Amino acid sequence: MEDALNIEGLKTFFYTRQGVAKAVNGVSLSIRPGQILGVVGESGCGKSVTAFSILRLVPHPGRIVSGRILFQGQDLLRLPAREMRRIRGDRISMIFQEPMISLNPAFTVGDQLIEALRLHRRISRAQARDRAVEMLRQVEIPAPEKRISDYPHHLSGGMRQRAMIAEALLLNPDLLLADEPTTALDVTIQAQVLDIMCRLARELGTAIMFITHNLGLVAESADRVAVMYAGKVVEEGGVADIFERARHPYTQGLLRSVPLPGRRTGQGRGQLYEMSGLVPSLFDLPPGCAFHPRCPRRGEACLREEPPWREIGPGHRTACWLEEADAAPGQS
Amino acid sequence: MIWSKLSRNRLGLIGLAVIVLNVLVALLAPFIATHDPLQIDVASQAAPPSAKFFFGADEYGRDIFSRVIYGTRISLYVSVLSVLFAAAFGVVLGAMAGYYRGWADSIIMRCMDAIMSFPAILLAIGIMAVLGARLINVVIALGFVYVPRFARIVRGSVLSVKQKEFVEASLAMGNSDAAIIFRHILPNCVAPLIVQATANLAYAILAESSLSFLGLGAPPPAPSWGNILSDARNFMLDNMWMTIFPGLAITLAVLGFNLLGDALRDILDPRLN
Amino acid sequence: MPPLVRVENLTKHFPVGRGLFARSDEVVRAVEEVSFELNQGETLSLVGESGCGKTTTGRLLLRLIEPTRGRIWFKDREITSLGRQAMRPLRPLMQIVFQDPHSSLNPRLTVKDIIGEGLRLHRRLSPAERKERIQEVMAKVGLRPEHYNRYPHEFSGGQRQRIGVARAIILNPEMIVADEPLSALDVSIQAQVINLLERLKDELGLSYLFISHDLSVVEHLSDRIAVMYLGRILELAGRDQLYDRPLHPYTRALFSAVPLPRVGRTKQRIILQGDVPNPLRPPSGCGFHPRCGQGRPVCRETAPALAEVEPGRWLACHFPLA
Repeated sequence: MEDALNIEGLKTFFYTRQGVAKAVNGVSLSIRPGQILGVVGESGCGKSVTAFSILRLVPHPGRIVSGRILFQGQDLLRLPAREMRRIRGDRISMIFQEPMISLNPAFTVGDQLIEALRLHRRISRAQARDRAVEMLRQVEIPAPEKRISDYPHHLSGGMRQRAMIAEALLLNPDLLLADEPTTALDVTIQAQVLDIMCRLARELGTAIMFITHNLGLVAESADRVAVMYAGKVVEEGGVADIFERARHPYTQGLLRSVPLPGRRTGQGRGQLYEMSGLVPSLFDLPPGCAFHPRCPRRGEACLREEPPWREIGPGHRTACWLEEADAAPGQS
Repeated sequence: MIWSKLSRNRLGLIGLAVIVLNVLVALLAPFIATHDPLQIDVASQAAPPSAKFFFGADEYGRDIFSRVIYGTRISLYVSVLSVLFAAAFGVVLGAMAGYYRGWADSIIMRCMDAIMSFPAILLAIGIMAVLGARLINVVIALGFVYVPRFARIVRGSVLSVKQKEFVEASLAMGNSDAAIIFRHILPNCVAPLIVQATANLAYAILAESSLSFLGLGAPPPAPSWGNILSDARNFMLDNMWMTIFPGLAITLAVLGFNLLGDALRDILDPRLN
Repeated sequence: MPPLVRVENLTKHFPVGRGLFARSDEVVRAVEEVSFELNQGETLSLVGESGCGKTTTGRLLLRLIEPTRGRIWFKDREITSLGRQAMRPLRPLMQIVFQDPHSSLNPRLTVKDIIGEGLRLHRRLSPAERKERIQEVMAKVGLRPEHYNRYPHEFSGGQRQRIGVARAIILNPEMIVADEPLSALDVSIQAQVINLLERLKDELGLSYLFISHDLSVVEHLSDRIAVMYLGRILELAGRDQLYDRPLHPYTRALFSAVPLPRVGRTKQRIILQGDVPNPLRPPSGCGFHPRCGQGRPVCRETAPALAEVEPGRWLACHFPLA
């Protein structure tokens, strides 16, 4: 079964007056059909730009510089613009963090869904409307026949997000790019919306690229996880691999920074693990491994050369010189 | 920081250059002018431009070139002072309205609306009629007319800055309202104020010229550009130079301020940065 | 020992419709009859979702917003209606740290002016003494001496939060209201700031009113926790008690909804129906009843009062969980 999405060596740079920001600096990852891949990282790691690159919607002054993005075997970066437009919204769709910005406040929810449908399919307005109502029902918006005539500002945050999901899944896409879809929502609403998104996607067989900085969300809904840092993927594996057997020092540091329940130790609460330093500027990345200035176990090679990928378990790989040292012959 | 961006904006630099030119001319007028601007020379009535009279002479034989040079002083004097006047009052009123809201806001802004409901020139004329034709009264009249524009801009700015948490932090430390307004809020309202000020300087030059042209501005024989134009009214068709040069001076000055103002607006707009 | 801070029946209603002609008597009941105590050296957290009133409560405590009703005591002295002059000497003792590292620092002032404002307002020190004190505090929060003359835009989010903390502690406060100080920061920076806050609490003997919606952080930091919903406190208990045995159905649903970075959690997830309600039109009786799995008629009719059901445990519910 071929991959739904396969990114190879993607590089997207932003050419600004202050220099070149290497937002995506050699990203490779893949998603199988119907799978949920969680892409996690902190701000500036390049996860959103990766998603925009897939849809070829990188804003100026950004440009995709090299790499391949294989969608069902076709390289999206080589497609003519017209073909790409057909894919956007139909075969690959995207949802964003702030639904108030991505839903047009001047049109009703129904108008937007119907427009999306009729853009890609030859159906009558009445048929489109029925399909839209059905979709709103699927995302558990109560009384969808009435809500379809509502404007976005009439709906609550959670409802708007659900309407966005409805619009994104309306045409039964093969891939859904979800960029921090629940970050702006309250915790109890977050749970609802995430639940709907994942359930629906599974029913329809849609693969999801779930971008977030929230490790908990990823642990609970993803099948596989890719951890990004400074424009690169540093570790990738199944969800258990990452959360129980993480090997890259950054992944480990990240996991240890998060307060876990039940970790409380009575009076003298243990300190949280602190990763020293800051995320590097994308204009001025350190040589060698981008994480080395902050890495507690850095070695000589880390300062000079970028580490290669190494498979450390079935379907689990990481890019770290420490793995190379372990794997070198003659050393135990 | 503003300068580095401004130096890249060609039109803005042109505007700045024009303004600097005007200022230099105004300051160095005694050294640049070839004649005394008030000196009448009956023999040279309506003389065309020549080596002696660069811009020609008017109906009284006065050198138009020297009059235009000295006119720069009047234009800058009136525009700068009236804008300072308007800004001073406008900032105080706008800040009070924006910071205290409630009754103060309603009363102040309704008064501002009342003033703005008059066409600026008519209101200025009315005030001049009451105060009498002296240059300082032109400043007062124009200043008064422009106060509402500044008040509005400042009020809007204050409203938005007031919401920021650093203002709350200062309140939480026990700072007084006046200190908060002057130390925290107003310094962050400077951008729209600068833009408004440069635009207003342009209006003021034009307004002063208009008032003088109507005989309600700088009292003759002061060489205000408006006066020069007014004197030239009856000689326009045959002796075009009498109107072209003062007209050009006005146009150039107004253009300069407008270009600089536009450039500053683009630079200072936080959304474009 | 008496509590450091005490509030009783604190209420804040915001009128709807502004200006001279306020429309009818529609109000937003942002905070409704909130009562609690903050003890010396403790961290009391207020948790809840948007619209629950936790942020407003924090501001009311510091009299940054005036209460509609209710009373506030600071160190056994009632401060509810103190005038501005009378409040002034108390202000340095009760400080606040904000959520947004971008709007909480004046972009026009240098670090030394921002941090030193308290000194300028309340102490007469020579410039040398001022500099010394400011740098002392900067070191405490992990800023370097060369940051003294820099402007906020030259710093990262985490560093700006440190500047905000330095500003708050310059005059040795006794209490700090921390209003979502971590929400705008990356995970790894959050850890740094959490550790900083804990360290300062021990070093300076501070008490915190910690406002947050992040339950994992709250569990890590707090001694006691109050769960708020629609302006009221639904449950208030010690940390271990609350997390091990929540009594209010909302508390349980809230904890259940928090995503944990742990795999294979047998997710007995309680997914609440409906949306967080509109504070302009709150449900009758118990505000939570439309979403509560076990509501009964009385819940719709009367709002349950906050009562001490066990020593140190407060609850507002007609039918607590077993």
